[in-house]
Amino acid sequence: MTRTALLWVARHALAIALALMFLGPLVFIALTALMSDRQALTSDLWPHTWNWGNFAEIFAKAPLLTWIRNTLLYSLLATAFMLVSSIPVAYALARFRFRGRRLAFLLVITTMMLPPQVVAVPIYLIWARFHLTGTLWPLILPMLLGDAFSIFLLRQFLVTIPRDYSDAAKVDGCGELRTLVRVILPMARPAIAAVALFQFFYCWNDYYGPLLYAGTDLDNWTLSLGLAAFRSVHRVQWNLTMAATLLAMAPVIVVFFFAQKVFIEGVKLTGVK
Amino acid sequence: MRGNLRALLYLSPWLAGFAIFFVYPLVSTVYFSFQRYDLFTLEPVGLLNWEYFLKDQAAWTAIRNTLWLVVVMVPLRVLFGLGVAQLVTRLKAGVGVYRTIFYLPALVPLVAGTLGFVFLLNPGTGPVQAILSAVGLPAPDWFGDPAWSKWGLTLLGLWSVGDLMVIFMAALLDVPKQLYEAAAIDGANGWRQFTSITLPVIRPVLMFALVTGVIQTLQYFTQAEVTARVASGATDSAGSVFTPGYPDQSTLTFPQWLFQQGFRDYAMGYACVLALVLFAVAMVFTLILLRQFRFAEEES
Repeated sequence: MTRTALLWVARHALAIALALMFLGPLVFIALTALMSDRQALTSDLWPHTWNWGNFAEIFAKAPLLTWIRNTLLYSLLATAFMLVSSIPVAYALARFRFRGRRLAFLLVITTMMLPPQVVAVPIYLIWARFHLTGTLWPLILPMLLGDAFSIFLLRQFLVTIPRDYSDAAKVDGCGELRTLVRVILPMARPAIAAVALFQFFYCWNDYYGPLLYAGTDLDNWTLSLGLAAFRSVHRVQWNLTMAATLLAMAPVIVVFFFAQKVFIEGVKLTGVK
Repeated sequence: MRGNLRALLYLSPWLAGFAIFFVYPLVSTVYFSFQRYDLFTLEPVGLLNWEYFLKDQAAWTAIRNTLWLVVVMVPLRVLFGLGVAQLVTRLKAGVGVYRTIFYLPALVPLVAGTLGFVFLLNPGTGPVQAILSAVGLPAPDWFGDPAWSKWGLTLLGLWSVGDLMVIFMAALLDVPKQLYEAAAIDGANGWRQFTSITLPVIRPVLMFALVTGVIQTLQYFTQAEVTARVASGATDSAGSVFTPGYPDQSTLTFPQWLFQQGFRDYAMGYACVLALVLFAVAMVFTLILLRQFRFAEEES
């Protein structure tokens, strides 16, 4: 009995230590964001004065609103386009019997796994030919043609829905497309929510894509790009840099608290069973 | 036949995307690898780009760095992720709260998390430094000392281990309870149960995590780019002044060198050689992963 009690204490002590380790950096970032310039250069952990004005200052010093707008536009459009194009593909891969079905699925996984840098040069040249480099469109438009990761995730979920449901709908006289929209999509809502959130956050956090395409005009930048360059503009002002960092994290953290279950289910889907 | 046509219709967006953004670029990459191309002039140069690659010191440094991350960071992340998952599944109370806290860093924007880490580990002002010296430990100049910079990146990787933790938690909860009960009756202790029941049952998930970890590491870019940019104090943001890999090319990864060659120096033909090397390596690991999927498919 004492052995199990000891074990219980040890486990919880370890878990609390880990929790501090995982949360610590976020807390330090938040605290530094509220320090004065001078104090942020010391190794103090607690702000002497709470400088809420730092947040107003970062908006005055950098076109943050423009960057937020661009990031939102990129994330929202890319997510909407991805859903429209990827759902039918995932549905066909999960439900239809056709020649080359397995090959198609294998190719989806292959494209999902290959580093984007492998095909970056020719794709960049395509967009340059259409004079779309220097904008975020090269990151948004391809989503109309499906996204391998989302297709994979949706397909993994759709194969778990028993066939009886679509068979029943067919007996009731539903066509294929109606069955998809009326029967399958409502049942797949958790998976759709998960891929939509993953896509949205991928875009919100994306750095490589905008670095490649957004160009040198600050008006086309996203939050990630601006953030990476922020410190070089305001060299030693760690407090402002951390305030901007916190600003980029905040929406992610807030949405996560409301949609935890969706995320966790989504991550589980990525693991093979 | 009708079924095939219908499938074709549903698959058409992806098929178009596959052709335009995968097949065509892959073929072009091979073509460009035999050209000198700077966006303006295209000149066939035979095997020159390939010969240059063999002598390119920076490329080999980038390969060594990427390999270091594959050999050190990936296994550490898998071990740590599994350990954390094992601990959380054993806690009777507060599982949801712990899982939330541990997963949160995996969601934080890469640039934001990386900036935060450079600040935390900053030798002059960072709190980690203050804590280490308070307990009498020497604090390394994490992102300024080539001997430590990759360890700094590894710490960042361990901090954001939540994605792996969630996958491992799902796998651990799936292990049939009766197996543990039977083992307990046979007198197997905790460690013995872990090695002879848990590990064999979750082996496919472990394999999956290792292989996808390697593939992700072959794409490792943002964290290395941001730490080098901030730690070196580079003032230029989009031009050519910034050279990645600070300090001493110790954080230069393969995708960064490819980016540098192709999109900062406009040596696009040479960048295509690097892209094909990356393709070959990534393909090997993708094939290993595909084998796993085939097994999983056949079982179901």
